[in-house]
Amino acid sequence: MISKLETKKDEYPRPVEGERQAFMYGNEVVVWAALAAGAECLYGYPITPQNEVMHYWSRLAPDYGGKFLQTEDELSAGFATLGGIMAGARCFSATAGPGTILFQEPLAMAEMMRIPIVLVVQQRGGPSTATVIYSQQEVFLTIFGGNGEGLRIVYSPGSHQEMYDYTLKAFDVAWKHRFPTLVLGDGYQAKMRERVLLYDPAARGMEIEPTVPFVGLPGVPGVDREPAHWRNAFSVEEELYEELEPIINDYYRIAPSLMEKEEGYLDGAELILTGHGIVGRAVRTAVKELREEGFPVGFFRPLTLRPFPGKDLIRILDDCPRLLVVESAQGQLAKLIRISIGGELDHRVQMYPYFRPGLGISAEELVEEAKAILNGKREQKQEKEFSMSML
Amino acid sequence: MKSMPDSWRRETKPHKFCPGCGHGLVLKALGMAMDRLKIADRTVFGVDIGCSLLAWDFFNADTIQTHHGRTVPVIIGAKRARPNLVGIAYMGDGGGYAIGSQHLINATMRNDRILIIIVNNTIYAMTGGQMAPTTLKGQKTETSSRGRDPKYEGFPLRGPEMVASFAPEGAYVARGSVSHVQRLARYLERGLENQLQDRGISVVEALSTCPTNWRTNAEDTWKFLEKEMTDYYPVGELVSPFKRDTQKEAADLETCH
Repeated sequence: MISKLETKKDEYPRPVEGERQAFMYGNEVVVWAALAAGAECLYGYPITPQNEVMHYWSRLAPDYGGKFLQTEDELSAGFATLGGIMAGARCFSATAGPGTILFQEPLAMAEMMRIPIVLVVQQRGGPSTATVIYSQQEVFLTIFGGNGEGLRIVYSPGSHQEMYDYTLKAFDVAWKHRFPTLVLGDGYQAKMRERVLLYDPAARGMEIEPTVPFVGLPGVPGVDREPAHWRNAFSVEEELYEELEPIINDYYRIAPSLMEKEEGYLDGAELILTGHGIVGRAVRTAVKELREEGFPVGFFRPLTLRPFPGKDLIRILDDCPRLLVVESAQGQLAKLIRISIGGELDHRVQMYPYFRPGLGISAEELVEEAKAILNGKREQKQEKEFSMSML
Repeated sequence: MKSMPDSWRRETKPHKFCPGCGHGLVLKALGMAMDRLKIADRTVFGVDIGCSLLAWDFFNADTIQTHHGRTVPVIIGAKRARPNLVGIAYMGDGGGYAIGSQHLINATMRNDRILIIIVNNTIYAMTGGQMAPTTLKGQKTETSSRGRDPKYEGFPLRGPEMVASFAPEGAYVARGSVSHVQRLARYLERGLENQLQDRGISVVEALSTCPTNWRTNAEDTWKFLEKEMTDYYPVGELVSPFKRDTQKEAADLETCH
């Protein structure tokens, strides 16, 4: 085994001892989670709203043996991260918006070569430069952005606690399954402060999958061992297919074990509200309030957007085929839902869109929207059919 | 001169380059340098897209083939994570001076401890002979069918001179040619030594041949390399942190011809 960065990790203190209550920014939560997971390098490029990930990392990480490089662009950040990972170090990066576009190139290479990269995406408004503030418009980019098959794992946390939990988890899952693993946050989560319980994963019996070098292996290549030759370019189509098929099979084999969601208040529900990330939190709050007022509503909140926990949603919609899809995008989540429920159920389910691309969504407005639907005031067939059929 | 450096992987020879291609000679020079320094066991060799990708299984050394223009950041990422590795980024002029030029410039600014080898054959070869930043004035390619016109397409880029103009202390910058393999090997060896001594970045350009896309016979291929290319792209060391013993060096290089 190659020692961590050729230094003794034991020389450094553990970043999080036991448990610690904190009140901090989402970007800082990401850094503590990465440190607690044993991350060793962050190579990144400034883009709002993820900048504080780099700020806190470059400030904190040296105390724990971590390294940092501010690169010339996101291409460099992404490919340097891949280089570091292939050398055996636990490297990761963070980005947003146009940076997520540039990251598609290294992510595609990671999919082809099974390189366990962790990328935190703090969504900002789009398309183009748009706003530095907030949106949920990078869902498809994060899931299917490369020239490939979307062989990625994407978590969408809704609170700082989940941001901590799922960033930690991403480092384990990425190295365990060797697929690019993304934590999809947003500008609100990045820049908001709230309470979070930081903990040492080891103290909770959580083991983070160790890193394995792809290159720089012990022994003389050609004498003691075969050289490690890694490539992503192939001469003929059959050669590519042969390479790709087991990767795709692996992905779909592990996918069911990775799907995560939260659901609630389903008993007797006549309308299901769904949203992911921070919007999922507004959805959950709205449903709780509506139930307190006696309205029969439930919620479904996907925690993995890829693989998407469609089976659970199908089960829920079988009992209650009315779904209010809430997102700060023009139907990106709704598309995922339609793909995953598919077929007959798609015809039976009445979907109500609540799309606000680039806008924040509060629980209060969802309470009103749900009441309007339940009171039959949201037929608006034309608008509904247009937006849903044009997805 | 050994016919095949020890660091070459025999199982993958004969190599995949076209007849008359200069890559085999550049890689021979690199193999000789690696043999002399005995670094194959801790080398990470990175290859770009373009013809350089055909070297993905060339050496008895751990190798990463990455995307077009991205070899420099991949090798920097590995080197910074594990400084005891020897990082070599191998690419063509398109990868080094066009699509990956930002990496070359910033890696030089940071003085990253890696060796960058840029093979200059004045053309994009793998994609079928398009104009490169290094295409000579008046040279015909698939995308400069009437010859490169500086008025519209600019003058050919002298990469090592550009790098040398802001090379930080400790950097090593040179241009060799496949017409002098021993001398090229010496430059590459110095570039690697510079990294081993933790002095700074090393950038070595290698003038090379592409008869397939130049559409030249053996004689014209060599003439183009030795005359036209070498006239515009002078061979030699541009920046060197090594102490100079000019007399010894002159004698040394004399034997390299």
